[in-house]
Amino acid sequence: MSLLTVKGVSKHYNERIVALSDVSFAIEPGEFVVIIGSSGAGKSTLLRCINRIVEVTSGVVTFDGLDVGSLDKRELRKMRTKVGMIFQHYNLVNRLCVLENVLHGRLGYKSTWAGALGIYSEEEKAQALRVLRLVGLEEQVYQRCDQLSGGQKQRVGIARALLQDPKLLLCDEPISSLDPNASKVIMDYLKKINTELGITCLVNLHQVHIALAYAERIIGVKRGRVVYDGLTEHLTAETIHDIYGSEAGDLLLGSGGNHVG
Amino acid sequence: MSADYLIKKRSNTLKVLLGLGFLSLAAAFITQYDPVTGLISGLDAMRWVAANFYPNEQSLTRLPSIMNRLRETVLMSIAATTVAAFSATFFALLGAQTTKVNDALRLMSRSTAAFLRNIPAVAWAMILLFTFGQSSLTGFLALFFSTFGFLSRVFMETFDETTASSIEALTATGASYMQIIFQAVLPASLPQMISWMLYMVETNIRDATLLGILTGTGIGFSFALFYKSMNYHAASLVVIVIVVTILVIEYISNHIRRVIL
Repeated sequence: MSLLTVKGVSKHYNERIVALSDVSFAIEPGEFVVIIGSSGAGKSTLLRCINRIVEVTSGVVTFDGLDVGSLDKRELRKMRTKVGMIFQHYNLVNRLCVLENVLHGRLGYKSTWAGALGIYSEEEKAQALRVLRLVGLEEQVYQRCDQLSGGQKQRVGIARALLQDPKLLLCDEPISSLDPNASKVIMDYLKKINTELGITCLVNLHQVHIALAYAERIIGVKRGRVVYDGLTEHLTAETIHDIYGSEAGDLLLGSGGNHVG
Repeated sequence: MSADYLIKKRSNTLKVLLGLGFLSLAAAFITQYDPVTGLISGLDAMRWVAANFYPNEQSLTRLPSIMNRLRETVLMSIAATTVAAFSATFFALLGAQTTKVNDALRLMSRSTAAFLRNIPAVAWAMILLFTFGQSSLTGFLALFFSTFGFLSRVFMETFDETTASSIEALTATGASYMQIIFQAVLPASLPQMISWMLYMVETNIRDATLLGILTGTGIGFSFALFYKSMNYHAASLVVIVIVVTILVIEYISNHIRRVIL
């Protein structure tokens, strides 16, 4: 059974602005899928429709056998704990330390007041330290997040998502604010999480060459529609031109064209 | 074309300046204000201040009672500000776009804050005098209402500016509203909220002095009493005490700001 199915999903912000129209695909457990498309194509909206941070206008999202659209508040929170999310701008609480930010990943599992007051069990703290070791931040545990570099902040974001013990990781432009070195580190961590922990990853990228290097399967989005869905090696230069517009396509393929089969 | 534009711009500036000059001349004519007499009487006033308005030995015996009054004023400002800040936090949470519960409550809290904010503390004191008479409760409530309105507004802006991204991240982990408020919104906003609170304590000590003349309490009452009984030496001592207090409070709050920000 697919872990995630998106069926006929559309999102209209108003009559003129259509973010998504009739998007359908399915993700199997353990897959590493990259969604590519230019800025404003609807990639971010698509990810946010999956955990219902954005409500769909029509269509059905099914995650792990649950119809996401029909869940009530409590069920939705429970479902969200199983879907980790990382962001382009990391979205950390900058004034709190690394450990506190990572522990936020447990909030969905806790009673309201224990969570609000920040009361965590020893077990949860130990788990947070384990996850921080996994992303190589054991030295920075008590450092405030506004003192970290971009790459380190994103690793805190990944650690927070992992502490949710998720089945699916949604990554919204995880490397768009990072330099090439930090980008590679982050993409390698995501790949490692996928292969070693078996967590399914759905990653938004606009950098085609990185998508070609890391993805097993690529979904191409253009103006809110899926225009390509298939294995990375079957993606042709023509399709890339179609997704990005021809001139931008030439530029993108200048650095990544050798990957195209 | 561009020369025309510059000439037009210059002639517009000239028109505005001429207009302003005409307005001030007209105002002076209507109020029969003579700048020369104004200047001379200003000098006369300075001479009078130098001759009479300084503390002498006898006025120093009044110092203990003045300090008592001062303490009353300072404590009342602090009490009004802290109580107002506490209530304003709730209203601001309801009124901020990022933390609102629903639109109806948001509108209610915004309009209440706007209404209270736009009536100055002195006007509140005059209104409240009818109900509570000349008592420190009148002064307290007057400061409370205006501070409450102002702080609600700036807290709303603080919440909106500093927390939208971390709210999204915590929503995605499955955290509940209360958990998000206590774990993301308040930790991120607290330093700025305290900074605004300190600013209001300073402002309120100034306002409280003025209000004291109206409500017959605190240091403002001391000043009015000495001034009306023509004890100018003691009145000048009151002014000096007020100035020193405000400088000290400003120094302390600047120090606190440096530490927390």
